[in-house]
Amino acid sequence: MKLIFNRLKYFLLLDICKGLYLTFKRIFKPSVTINYPYEKAPLSPRFRGEHALRRYPNGEERCIACKLCEAVCPALAITIEAEERDDGSRRTTKYDIDMTKCIYCGLCQEACPVDAIVQGPNYEFATETHEELIYNKEKLLDNGDRWELALQKNIDSDAPYR
Amino acid sequence: MKVNSMDNLFQQLNEVLIISFYVLLIVGPLLIAVAFLTYLERKVIAAVQYRKGPNVVGMFGLLQPFADGVKLFSKETIIPASANKIIFVLAPMISFALSLVAWSVIPISENLVLANINVGILYIFAISSLSIYGVIMAGWASNSKYAFLGALRSTAQMVSYEVSIGFVIVCVLLCVGSLNLQDIVLAQKNYWFFIPLFPMFIVFIISALAETNRAPFDLPEDESALVAGYFTEYSSMLFAMFFLGEYSAMILMSSLGVILFLGGWLPPFDYYVFNLVPGFIWFFLKVGILLFIFLWVRATLPRFRYDQLMRLGWKVFLPLSLFWVFITATVLVFFDILPNFYG
Repeated sequence: MKLIFNRLKYFLLLDICKGLYLTFKRIFKPSVTINYPYEKAPLSPRFRGEHALRRYPNGEERCIACKLCEAVCPALAITIEAEERDDGSRRTTKYDIDMTKCIYCGLCQEACPVDAIVQGPNYEFATETHEELIYNKEKLLDNGDRWELALQKNIDSDAPYR
Repeated sequence: MKVNSMDNLFQQLNEVLIISFYVLLIVGPLLIAVAFLTYLERKVIAAVQYRKGPNVVGMFGLLQPFADGVKLFSKETIIPASANKIIFVLAPMISFALSLVAWSVIPISENLVLANINVGILYIFAISSLSIYGVIMAGWASNSKYAFLGALRSTAQMVSYEVSIGFVIVCVLLCVGSLNLQDIVLAQKNYWFFIPLFPMFIVFIISALAETNRAPFDLPEDESALVAGYFTEYSSMLFAMFFLGEYSAMILMSSLGVILFLGGWLPPFDYYVFNLVPGFIWFFLKVGILLFIFLWVRATLPRFRYDQLMRLGWKVFLPLSLFWVFITATVLVFFDILPNFYG
């Protein structure tokens, strides 16, 4: 009896009609897609996007060339060279990040004792060539200047949880 | 005498020009319809999946198909080194041309048809059988295992489902008594054939899905197993021709379904208000509904396994349609209502 019933169900396409009804109902529901280039999803303050080197409010760069980030970087994406500056403070002469090696794990900003290297909220930095994605110190400091407001805000809002 | 033959020549030339004009009048809108069908397909599937679909190029993304077209045309045509070049190039042309040729006998409205021939339905059936050649040539000439397997599957599938479509058409023809497509529509003046022949209508729709290689029977182009099936090796213009061929075959099967079962250009009720609307609008509306079913089914169902496909074709549809031919004939003879269109 059950067999006959199942056969009948198969023959009358009942399951398929059920499925079609389900998909038909869905057509009239609003879509959940974010209209990406025109609207964007909210980001967590901990979002790990493009890197930036920050400065102190007086314009002095924060990085003290301790090379902790270079040491901790699991993808070996960071290269730092440092020497003593004329005023006796220790600063980097070279700070390169290969963005194509970086795995965006955020360990560099965790390691940084002075909050110099951070990963900001920017994720739209696609380029047409590989070379453009090998960032030097100038580019990173420039990023820091450009995103400073957002970076500071993110660090402040995340501070209570650290 | 000389003047007479010149006159004749001009007359013939004139006729050829007029026919070419009509052909353009059919092919032009058809290609535009194909373009918008791809747009509609993406929109319908997006709506089912809670997405938006193309909405950037032009208003509501309406120009998206043309952007895609420009992209395809400007790409490089790659012909594999080991391919049989002549057949490789010929195959998409055949499948494209054949999908357009069948349109010559489709009556869009009363007397609005390029060739009102008395064996219209046989002609369409012949043409749709021929379109297998485009597929099998493509699969063979590509000299690639994916293309070859895809072509074999496609051929077996089309042959199997052509049989049951044939019986479905025989059912309709029994009720009409004529092979002329106009007569078939006019015979549905009182009630459309999908009411008395409802099971055959379903069989027709499912077979049409298989015949045009659409989901859930898109095994010939099975992306997950065969890359792209018989057009794996094709690119740019040649690929576009296969694509256009496939979609215009979809529109063709839908309009065939409309003519056989949904009363062609006839309005749903024979009231004055409905008759005010010109016939071709009813026709396009019904074709649109059938096309929507094509897209809707694609958005809903997963792909069939190959043995399931063959079982459905030979062990379910063939006996069912044969049985229904028998039933139809019996009923028509028993109640003595066998139609004889020409009196």
